[in-house]
Amino acid sequence: MTVAAWLQFAVLVLLIGVSIPLLGGYMAKVFGEEQKAPGDRFFLPIERAVYRVCRVDPEREQRWTVYAFSVLAFSLVGVLVLYVMQRVQTVLPLNPTHAPKVPEALSWNTAVSFVTNTNWQSYFPETTVSHFTQMAGLAVQNFVSPAVGLAVAIALIRGLTRRRAATIGNFWVDLTRSIVRIFLPLAIVGAIVFLAFGVVQNFHGFEVIRTLEGRTQVIPGGPSASQEIIKMLGTNGGGFWNANSAHPLSNPSGLSNIVQIYLLSVIGFSLTWTYGKMVGDKKQGFVLLAVMVIIWVTVAGLGTLFELNGNPKVAALGVDQSVTAAQPGGNYEGKEIRFGTPASALFAGATTGTSTGAVDSMHDSYTPLGGMMPLIHMKFGEVSPGGVGSGLSGILVLALLSVFIAGLMVGRTPEYLGKKIQATEVKLVVLYTIAMPFAVLVGTGIAIVTPSVLHVSIFNPGPHGFTEVLYAFTSAANNNGSAFAGITANTQFMNIALGFAMLIGRFVLIVPTLAIAGALARKDRVPASAGTFPTNTPLFAGLLLGVTVIVAGLTFFPALALGPIVEQLGI
Amino acid sequence: MTSTPTLSPGDTKAQRVRSSSSLLNGPILRRATLESFVKLNPRHLMKNPVMFVVEVGSVLTTVLFFKDFGSSTTAENVFAGLVAVFLWFTVLFANFAEAVAEGRGKAQADTLRKTRAETMANRRNADGSVEQVPGNQLDVGDEVVVVAGEVIPSDGDVVVGIASIDESAITGESAPVIREAGGDRSAVTGGTRVLSDEIVVRITARPGETFIDRMIALVEGSERQKTPNEIALNILLAGLTIIFLLATVSLQPFAIYAHAEQSVIVLVALLVCLIPTTIGGLLSAIGIAGMDRLVRRNVLAMSGRAVEAAGDVNTLLLDKTGTITFGARQAAEFRPAPAVDEAELASAALQSSLADETPEGRSIVELAAERYGLVAEEIVGATLVPFTAQTRMSGFDVDGTSIRKGAADSVRAWVEAGGGTVPVALMDEVGAVAALGGTPLVVATKDATGTARALGVIYLKDTVKPGIAERFAELRTMGIRTVMVTGDNPITAGVIAQEAGVDDFIAEATPEEKMAYIRREQAGSRLVAMTGDGTNDAPALAQADVGVAMNTGTQAAKEAGNMVDLDSDPTKLIDIVEIGKQLLITRGALTTFSIANDVAKYFAIVPAMFLGVFPQLDRINIMSLSTPRSAILSAVIFNALIIVLLIPLALRGVKFVPSSAAELLRRNILLYGVGGIIAPFIGIKVIDLILTALGVK
Repeated sequence: MTVAAWLQFAVLVLLIGVSIPLLGGYMAKVFGEEQKAPGDRFFLPIERAVYRVCRVDPEREQRWTVYAFSVLAFSLVGVLVLYVMQRVQTVLPLNPTHAPKVPEALSWNTAVSFVTNTNWQSYFPETTVSHFTQMAGLAVQNFVSPAVGLAVAIALIRGLTRRRAATIGNFWVDLTRSIVRIFLPLAIVGAIVFLAFGVVQNFHGFEVIRTLEGRTQVIPGGPSASQEIIKMLGTNGGGFWNANSAHPLSNPSGLSNIVQIYLLSVIGFSLTWTYGKMVGDKKQGFVLLAVMVIIWVTVAGLGTLFELNGNPKVAALGVDQSVTAAQPGGNYEGKEIRFGTPASALFAGATTGTSTGAVDSMHDSYTPLGGMMPLIHMKFGEVSPGGVGSGLSGILVLALLSVFIAGLMVGRTPEYLGKKIQATEVKLVVLYTIAMPFAVLVGTGIAIVTPSVLHVSIFNPGPHGFTEVLYAFTSAANNNGSAFAGITANTQFMNIALGFAMLIGRFVLIVPTLAIAGALARKDRVPASAGTFPTNTPLFAGLLLGVTVIVAGLTFFPALALGPIVEQLGI
Repeated sequence: MTSTPTLSPGDTKAQRVRSSSSLLNGPILRRATLESFVKLNPRHLMKNPVMFVVEVGSVLTTVLFFKDFGSSTTAENVFAGLVAVFLWFTVLFANFAEAVAEGRGKAQADTLRKTRAETMANRRNADGSVEQVPGNQLDVGDEVVVVAGEVIPSDGDVVVGIASIDESAITGESAPVIREAGGDRSAVTGGTRVLSDEIVVRITARPGETFIDRMIALVEGSERQKTPNEIALNILLAGLTIIFLLATVSLQPFAIYAHAEQSVIVLVALLVCLIPTTIGGLLSAIGIAGMDRLVRRNVLAMSGRAVEAAGDVNTLLLDKTGTITFGARQAAEFRPAPAVDEAELASAALQSSLADETPEGRSIVELAAERYGLVAEEIVGATLVPFTAQTRMSGFDVDGTSIRKGAADSVRAWVEAGGGTVPVALMDEVGAVAALGGTPLVVATKDATGTARALGVIYLKDTVKPGIAERFAELRTMGIRTVMVTGDNPITAGVIAQEAGVDDFIAEATPEEKMAYIRREQAGSRLVAMTGDGTNDAPALAQADVGVAMNTGTQAAKEAGNMVDLDSDPTKLIDIVEIGKQLLITRGALTTFSIANDVAKYFAIVPAMFLGVFPQLDRINIMSLSTPRSAILSAVIFNALIIVLLIPLALRGVKFVPSSAAELLRRNILLYGVGGIIAPFIGIKVIDLILTALGVK
């Protein structure tokens, strides 16, 4: 790696490291049990206005069932509104490119995709959706879908900290506070920073210009900066343009690239601090953070390494693929010159560890093992650090699973933070754990023998085509949204099937999470003693890491063996 | 509280009595082998989702073996046949583990049934007449007369008389015990034999619900219900089974896409290897064996739930007397008054105690003999003065001289009445002994002239059992608090508590206070275990999460607790906690081991499945297994054999070293987690070598 690559990495680590206590501490105050939080004088009146308009009583807490029902109802309305908006965008304002009405299956796919924080895009945004749909539909979900994830995670933390409580908070309050106090302020500041980087922000359609070489070029326009910021911050990843973060008007420079990686990671990592604060033991948060960082560094590091090694077939032709000051080196296909190989692989690693799914390079063009790393990163259940809220929920559920598997080995009923993990919790943890593999394996299994997939979607038969389909379902079921690309996803079958995968990956995880929160909140906390299974030690971090890797490994090893592994071994 | 015969913590009387049958003896093994086939009944296996899946797989592979027999090559037939055989073995081995675990209990139940053999009872009717009725027709409230040599027909309380009773049928202890009407020693158990005298017993158990009936049901496991942790673990195992079912079933379309469609036999083999058969097969055996370990210590747990709760206990309430200290106080020191020779005091103390048959009296004689070489000689013509509650002194008179020993103020009054004075220094000694938690006895003499003189103080001390402090320290490292319960005053209690190293004590304890303490602990979400034997202990026994009633105790106490200790040894509470923990650890260890095993199995099977289409996959055949078929077979055989190999561990329980949770976790993760990843790599490789040597290709 070049000095520049190391410097970029160092800047990223520094930025995230500094932000974790600041943002994490702030979020702990926003959602903590105390009445006061920073900025109350400014934010409270806004929130009160929202509550008045929406007729929400902020003092009234909800049981987990009501909380879950609120999440589901809110999301259902989101899907319906988005669906209808796409179907009637021709009669709505702000459609300078004259985008036609979006077909049914694609509208369904896109609506589900943005509500579930997946932001999988089976379409070309430039020609498919109007500015209005982007701003009033997709961008709105870019704000509220991470807020839903955050609310659920906070409800889970409350379940762990409360004793003999019937309620886990009020969804509408948590939703409002996360938007008003976290996403909006950060997005406003961030959008201005993006403008400074050169990201466009206008209401233009296509502009045809004459280049210096005398050719004509079509330049798209639109409110990009304001969407770009929340796309990253809210781990959404749905690009304003098809090329996503590889687009120069979306991600103009190496610096903006690092800032984008920072933005998509920062809330996920900071939530571990929030967690430590809220449970009153910072070490509990450090353990989760350590596991996230180890997975993140390993996946991103290996991915970078595999990409820098380049393609052995190319090397066999006598081509020098080494990285020097004179040439970027490595496997350079499908990567942007302004980012280079290390920053591209780093972006790929980061975007798949969260539920962002923005891309600044084509994963399909990676070496088989280089492309397997983002795939594996999602298969861990996106917990490093994961989507906003959903990552923390995911790693906490894995912690519960680890505690239960190994906790018996200390000779007590397994406990996490003094809460006994018994049949009810295990049932819910198991349900949570099965949902994602179900969507991935069954989805891929059906797709890979479906004629339309074999004849229309797949261009690369053999293991690579299999990897592409596997990646698509993994991305959908983990609400990531990044595309390996290389297949045609905009078919009736894929649009509908991936839509269901996204729904399962979102709500069959959220409902058990809230049920766990409810079950744990009702329990008392057993005071810690020397006989208590310690969950704030390096040993537990190792155990949690082991369980995360082994569970995912055992579930997906055969599929990976038939895709990227066999492809790499065949080169 | 009655004082109970004491056992040092290491005493193995219980084991000696009951483990005469070894872990795996002939008849048990024979019966278990037969049972393993009986348990193939799907209705039985349904309760165990993991093994049920294996059975379905076994049926499927067997059917396919016969169906394809004619159209397959010899190698294919050998492969299919062996897979089917070892899948059946997997189920049989799991059944065998359960049957062996149940075996000992069943054998014991048979013995108990013999003692319950129909007895005739002499029922005393309301008019006083006595009639003979079969013992099993007795109902609650009936009164029966039992004379020496007869077997007591059912459980009850002695209402008239006193008798010595042989309870060896239940406790295995041959020394007879005394049971008498009234008080805390009135309970008798059906099936025990009256050795002397005659008693009238009021029956307290309904027919078929006697102690022996319950004991038979318990050791036989006929009423065994899954415990909370077992249920939770079963859910996890079912969940893992579903995940691996998904992984296996989805593999077929992947394989079809890769033009490498798999045979159903191979897919079933993969599935069975992946699902947690090791723990699934041994889970119920572990639970039964855990109960059995208690039974062998002569503890009857009324439910598996109680055993599990014992592992979770945070606080132990231990009675001081009999558990922490020896039952009686013992003489520790002679402290003479000023100008009195210590030997003279010792001699007088010895003489005053010659007629004293209490343990305290005997300990004075022993101390005098040991410390001063004094020999107890009978004094001719002495008039013994026994201890009474009024005088609070005892001693004797002979030839006009007297010796008295007793409570300080009584002896002082006696001395002063005899014209003597008790020196202030001596009264200070009395205070000092009391401050140490001891009992001061003052010794005084009156010579022929009638002049009385105080000689000194005997320091009677509550002696803490040797080794008990170390056990409490062990408990502390396990995170368990010990609380001493005593009727002593706070000063005395404090001294003993410090010496024994308990974490807390309840002095001048009343049943209400004990109850309040338990409630307080439970309100703080802590689980409490205690022992008790008296009727007034019953509410606390019922309130405690683990209540161990002493077999010598009253019926009320036995009903209230969820365990009964047949040896009536309160120290055993600590063993019970350890057995509970060991049970949970064994489950956790084998679960971890089972899951960790899967890594190696994947590396054996997955390359083998697709080697035909993707020869490059041989590079992840890291064990270099010889052929695809031998690789798959090796994994299946390893998967079956590991169950058999782990049966002894499941029955015995994993080694339990009292230590902190962090320490236990580190040790067990290394042993069963990391070990569980490595072991099958070696095992599968070895089996592959053997198969290759045998010519299986």
